[in-house]
Amino acid sequence: MADFTSSFWGVYVAVITVVSIIACAVFLKVQTTARVAGKVETTGHTWDEDLAEWNNPLPNWWRWLFYITIVFSLVYLVLYPGLGIWGGMLGWTSSGQYAQERARADAVVQPLYEKFGKEPIEQLAANAEARAIGQNLYLTYCAQCHASDARGGYGFPNLTDPDWLYGGAPDAIEQTILAGRNGVMPPFGPALGAEGVKDVASYVLSLAGLASDSIRAQKGKEIFATNCVACHGPDGKGNPAIGAPNLTDKTWLYSSSEAAIIETVTKGRNNQMPAFKDRLGAERVHILAAYIWGLSHSDKAKAAAK
Amino acid sequence: MSATGGTYNYTVVRQFAVMTVIWGIVGMLVGVIVAAQFIWPDLTFGVPWLSFGRLRPLHTNAVIFAFGGSALFATSYYVVQRTCQTRLFAGGLAAFTFWGWQLVIVLAAITLPLGITTSKEYAELEWPIDVLITFVWVAYAIVFFGTLWKRKTPHIYVANWFFGAFILTVAILHLVNSAAIPVTLWKSYSAYAGAQDAMVQWWYGHNAVGFFLTAGFLGMMYYFVPKQAGRPVYSYRLSVVHFWALIFTYMWAGPHHLHYTALPDWTQSLGMVFSLILLAPSWGGMINGIMTLSGAWYKLREDPILKFLIVSLSFYGMSTFEGPMMSVKTVNALSHYTDWTIGHVHSGALGWVGMISIGSIYYLLPRLFGQTQMYSMRLVTAHFWIATIGIVLYIAAMWIAGVTQGLMWRAVNADGTLTYTFVESTKASMPFFYIRLLGGTLYLTGMLLMAYNMMKTIAGHKAVDAPIPAAVHA
Repeated sequence: MADFTSSFWGVYVAVITVVSIIACAVFLKVQTTARVAGKVETTGHTWDEDLAEWNNPLPNWWRWLFYITIVFSLVYLVLYPGLGIWGGMLGWTSSGQYAQERARADAVVQPLYEKFGKEPIEQLAANAEARAIGQNLYLTYCAQCHASDARGGYGFPNLTDPDWLYGGAPDAIEQTILAGRNGVMPPFGPALGAEGVKDVASYVLSLAGLASDSIRAQKGKEIFATNCVACHGPDGKGNPAIGAPNLTDKTWLYSSSEAAIIETVTKGRNNQMPAFKDRLGAERVHILAAYIWGLSHSDKAKAAAK
Repeated sequence: MSATGGTYNYTVVRQFAVMTVIWGIVGMLVGVIVAAQFIWPDLTFGVPWLSFGRLRPLHTNAVIFAFGGSALFATSYYVVQRTCQTRLFAGGLAAFTFWGWQLVIVLAAITLPLGITTSKEYAELEWPIDVLITFVWVAYAIVFFGTLWKRKTPHIYVANWFFGAFILTVAILHLVNSAAIPVTLWKSYSAYAGAQDAMVQWWYGHNAVGFFLTAGFLGMMYYFVPKQAGRPVYSYRLSVVHFWALIFTYMWAGPHHLHYTALPDWTQSLGMVFSLILLAPSWGGMINGIMTLSGAWYKLREDPILKFLIVSLSFYGMSTFEGPMMSVKTVNALSHYTDWTIGHVHSGALGWVGMISIGSIYYLLPRLFGQTQMYSMRLVTAHFWIATIGIVLYIAAMWIAGVTQGLMWRAVNADGTLTYTFVESTKASMPFFYIRLLGGTLYLTGMLLMAYNMMKTIAGHKAVDAPIPAAVHA
């Protein structure tokens, strides 16, 4: 077995185990005494004035219980892995059991997923059966971050609105789930200094039409033009190709307060959406993508169904 | 100094006996708070030091090592002197074990809420405290085995075998599992890595149950049950066989805590079969305790202390049947990670460990203060019934919640998706979290009655050290 660096240890374990279990039985056997006819006596020893012990033999039912567990154990170790080098007659392994159960389940559900896998996402979003599966998948794998109602939370995008960091087209959503995303905003604190960060934060607030210090915003505009436009664009409308958020709308991943914006600019952000391709398989992701697309496109999903 | 004159050293016994009750209340109160946090997660106003993750290890450490530990020190020091008919060896060291152990507990109560932890279950305390524990434990071993060494009686009484095995094995468990590399005063890293660390941890964890919470308390049982019943122990031979079988097989059972994990399959199987073999050796203690009462069952009607002792043995028998059953892989696949495990632990902790300790301390307290019985035996009876109802509510609630969780987690739809989300299983468990809180509160209430009864028993009475009888028993 691969658990050992040399076959010696497998033999070592097997010998010690078998000897130990048999030793239990031998010990039990040699300690068994017959019930003596007549009154049971004590051992004759006394402690602390009145503590004594009867000389009763081992109860029979208890002895047999002990023997049964010993026999069961030996049989079990012949059938299942346990004796080091001996893998067991049944060839059972926990990873084998998993693969078997997985294969059995896949054989049942695979035709269903293959059928859905061929349908376009817009059409699937209108299919009640696919939506039910999608919702179950969503609640099992996605709700931990994006919340049960899919409205997200601090740092986790809302999936029910029309605003999408990487684009809301069916293919983009599917790609996001399959391969994951890593949204990186670099830290600008060291380069800009506290004052510079505050200026640029004021400008960002003004982009979204929020109250801000207009003098600082004016200074911030210049900083923005040299440092931020590469990702967020000259007009601050972002770039879905790299997941750079649109700064001019009302959607904020980390809140629209000045303090939160200053924190983002100073320290940067590193936001990770994990990849699900290997965990769920492409077909399930397809159904999941349809469910999520449908959350913000319920009208179009209905239209597609007609 | 004459060999037989003088008195037994009851000072350290008294100290530990009183602290058993006090730490019991503290540990169980923290337990009630964490049980309430399941229902009201914001109960402690978001104060990080009082969050569930920090209070939970405080609860387990307080009940196991502070309450259970003090009970073991008190009873083992009492029993070993009286059954060896000699004063405790090295009284100064015995006093050191008391103050040292109290310091360990206080340090635990400070560091755990601060989040200082090794993250090893039941071994969370960081390395400086581990070092202190080692010193206290070595002193304990010297006092205990020294007393055995200079005993006047020709034979070693069975209770002392169990106490001795408990002291020796816990020393080994503690040293091996707590081996770590310190990086700062309050941070260390385990000497083991990955699956081996897990294996060492659960070898420790299960034997903490086996030797701290079973062998030690069986030692207690073997003295206080025959004493309180006024009858000889049922079978000397049974005590021999189940003692050796118990301490031998317990050592192998740890891997059943790691079924279906990265631990090699063969290790898991060994853990399982030795857990099954453990059933008979465990039950040997229950049989020997309960059958000691044969011919004297009527005493159970009037004597609340005997009620505590015998019912504790019933819970012991029940948990030691449930344990092997839960170690079977098929059962474990359902029970693991659910509240069934919590129920199992508490039928052992509240039922067995708690009740045998409470019964023994009720036996001890009057004798340590020159009395014949507790201030109020009616309060002892009330304590018994309140505690029993509390345990039954607690265990039944956790059985139902645990099996419900296990079934909901594994339920699969025809399309292969999970039928229930995790939060749905939590919602289904809520009624049982309320029942658990009620059960735990009842158990705590019983301990408060005990504290009152203890105060009244002690008040106005002098501490009395019993004289050592001159005539040596056979």
